[in-house]
Amino acid sequence: MIEKIAKFLKTPFACTSIAVVCGFMVACGILLVTGYSASQSLAIMVNSVFSRPKFIVNVILKSTPIILTALSVAFAFKAGLFNIGAEGQYIISTVFATIVGILCDFHPAIQIPLVILSGVAAGAIFGGLVGMLKSKFGIHEVLTSIMFNWIALYFCNYIALSERFNKPDSDGSYPINPSGFTLLLNDWKFSDQGREFLRNNYFLNDVILKTDFNLNFLVAVVVAVLSWVMIYKTKKGYELRVAGLNPDAAQNAGINVPRNIFYTMLISGALSGLAGALSITGTSLHGIQSLAMFENYGFNGLSVALIAGSSPVGCIFAGLMFSALIYSGQSLQFKIGAPSEIVNIMIGVIVFFVALVRIVPSLINKFLERKAKLDVK
Amino acid sequence: MEINKDYAVQMRGITKIFNNSVALDSVDLDVKKGETHAILGENGAGKSTLMNILYGLYGADTGEIYLNGEKVNIYNPSCAISYGIGMVHQHFMLIEKFTVMQNIILGTETTDKFGIINTRKAKKKILDIISRYGMKVELKRRVRNISVGMQQKVEILKALYRGAEILILDEPTAVLTPYEIDELMEIIECLKRDGKTIIIITHKLKEIKKSSKECTIIRKGKFVDRVEVQEESEQSLAEKMVGRKVKLSVEKKPAKAGEVIFRIENLCVKSERGLDAVKNLSLSLKRGEIYGLAGIEGNGQKELLEAIISKRYAESGKILMGDKEIQNTSVRNVLDSKISIIHEDRHKDGSILSMSVADNAILDKYRKKPFCVNGFLNYEERDKFTDSLIKEYDIRPVNCKNTKIRNLSGGNQQKLIIGREVSSNPDLLIAVQPTRGLDVGAIEYVHKILVRLRDEGKAVLLISLELDEILDLSDRVAVIYDGSIAGEFTQEEANEHNVGLLMAGGKGNDRENS
Repeated sequence: MIEKIAKFLKTPFACTSIAVVCGFMVACGILLVTGYSASQSLAIMVNSVFSRPKFIVNVILKSTPIILTALSVAFAFKAGLFNIGAEGQYIISTVFATIVGILCDFHPAIQIPLVILSGVAAGAIFGGLVGMLKSKFGIHEVLTSIMFNWIALYFCNYIALSERFNKPDSDGSYPINPSGFTLLLNDWKFSDQGREFLRNNYFLNDVILKTDFNLNFLVAVVVAVLSWVMIYKTKKGYELRVAGLNPDAAQNAGINVPRNIFYTMLISGALSGLAGALSITGTSLHGIQSLAMFENYGFNGLSVALIAGSSPVGCIFAGLMFSALIYSGQSLQFKIGAPSEIVNIMIGVIVFFVALVRIVPSLINKFLERKAKLDVK
Repeated sequence: MEINKDYAVQMRGITKIFNNSVALDSVDLDVKKGETHAILGENGAGKSTLMNILYGLYGADTGEIYLNGEKVNIYNPSCAISYGIGMVHQHFMLIEKFTVMQNIILGTETTDKFGIINTRKAKKKILDIISRYGMKVELKRRVRNISVGMQQKVEILKALYRGAEILILDEPTAVLTPYEIDELMEIIECLKRDGKTIIIITHKLKEIKKSSKECTIIRKGKFVDRVEVQEESEQSLAEKMVGRKVKLSVEKKPAKAGEVIFRIENLCVKSERGLDAVKNLSLSLKRGEIYGLAGIEGNGQKELLEAIISKRYAESGKILMGDKEIQNTSVRNVLDSKISIIHEDRHKDGSILSMSVADNAILDKYRKKPFCVNGFLNYEERDKFTDSLIKEYDIRPVNCKNTKIRNLSGGNQQKLIIGREVSSNPDLLIAVQPTRGLDVGAIEYVHKILVRLRDEGKAVLLISLELDEILDLSDRVAVIYDGSIAGEFTQEEANEHNVGLLMAGGKGNDRENS
């Protein structure tokens, strides 16, 4: 019996769960210290995610870009690279998706792939450049990608405020042409017929009419599964893992390590790019804003990838949890005035504990050892 | 044996259990004061564990430790150091970016009242030790820039600086050149004269004969025997260590050399620092022979190997496999030309430690059928192949397919790597120090496989720092000195004397003739 429990506790899932629980406990402690009721706060958080279909859908919708940037980071991790540039790749992708989406106006069947691909390509080029600088000149990817993040940020501001793209009296660009939207049932739900139908169905009304209902999340799930297949089932994935874990041995096995670095960053950038492009086509405003600071889609992806232990499928669940935390943090502030930063603390603590719970398996081993010794005696 | 003041170290009934497996089972050890005592055993026999317990790195589950006849409890290494025990680990614990001096005083810095390190006092003490034991060490150089032999001296200095009276050396000669080994033996002699007690963990029989008076033999965690070294032959020591009869010399039939399969012509290669490392080197290998390349470390072997496998640019000259020039192509092309390599450092160059045994088994052939079909890996084939390797090469434990290769013993890791490379059916096998760090049983096995390959008509290029291995195995022996071939011998001509002389840069007979 004890062996069974021990075995379960050693699984990554159990370790991550322990970390999450620890994160919540620390957050409760902070709430108590700052004078808010912990139980009330937790109730609000749970409510704000699960009490209405609309909330659940919003959490899922909001998780999409985070899952994709997390995949981007996790993918690079698997190859031994630290893609801290997911943020910049995300931003540059939104910029190019917006530019193309505004300048072109084709039939949706052409427009949607065009807009998304231009975003993906922009992210891939940004990532690929970082990879190239590393493989050709040995410049560390963290340095270059941090700089690329700022380049993306200021380029975004330049485009958002430029004469051609700036929407008058705003800090942002025009939205892209509706032909590039990936919203589901968008025309129908605002038509008389659609409104009539939805009015009679509380659930669908809440889910479809009141949100930016789209299928981007499914895209993220499919991409996560594809990443998993690529990493663990294909020749390229094997090369990538080998090169990430031991570049010397990889080279001796005939793997072109520099080229691998380049391809990895290219793909990683493309994944972040997909996150950016889908945000433009799938969620409202459908354009870019001039940013004073990073929006953290990329950096959040980093946290999510860490929580998921760089498992592509784990990124889906970690991304959902992350999105739920952020979403509920906003209502925490709104309902009882507790600072929404409490959620950021919680996330930080969870990431911290995820790193910490790696000692759980060895602790369990030690416990079993001691028990074995007692049994012997 | 009684607990006695004349013994520096006495351990009684030491038992240690790891993860339900018994690493040490009630082992006794008696080390006389002022003597060199060897602990002999195969890899994984528990020698290092026993010493780690003495050094306080592990706690024993049962058993007692006596120093100079007094019972002591050693909780951790600093406790051991305070009892005058010092240990030099097999893998050195040095900080590469620090200087020798900084490494020695690390952790025991003498400081003034403002917390500033008093280097003058420390330096005086270190120079004192250096001159007393005749160790040549430059204090100002950074550790990453000095040779492995030098690093070992730094480790010994570190222990002595902390006042060690009992010095534990874990496999001290595993990484040393023959010359460095002699130097180490002299240092050990010096330490002994000064009244220090030295414990050497090793599985090399020759060195035990050379260095130690007494020897404790451990096998599979159990105490086997405690012997006077002079009364035993190498053969009898080996049998006690392995627990069965072993052949120390290689048994092989005369070579039947075929046509030339691999040639190097006037090869020049530059080293990392841009110096000429390989100078106009030429050699040729025939099918069905083992060609041994002897030489002291740093005479261009590394650069030569890297040039052969296209990891390093060949400035001029040709490398030919059959009739095909392969210099400056790609590693992949070299491997595809039916060349396989057993690398010297199996952890860094030959395996992915945190991947499974099965994943490591296909490292050189993952991209070929049947392991890869249309870009997808075929795990069934991989597992089938791994099972066949495990069976054919007697890799233990038998069900290790999905465990990480890190958890295998060194000998079993090497067996897997050799099995992997040999199964690619190469025409040329390059083996660099293929028995480094292996015990007698595994060495015997590796040598057998190399001879078998030779008999199958393959060419084997053996690059080794261990002269004995080269002399035993090779049908032809060449010496590399300062980047070129200093001389070539047939097996009958070659002996420790004439090959050793060329290795050290002396002129051999055939040089004078030419």
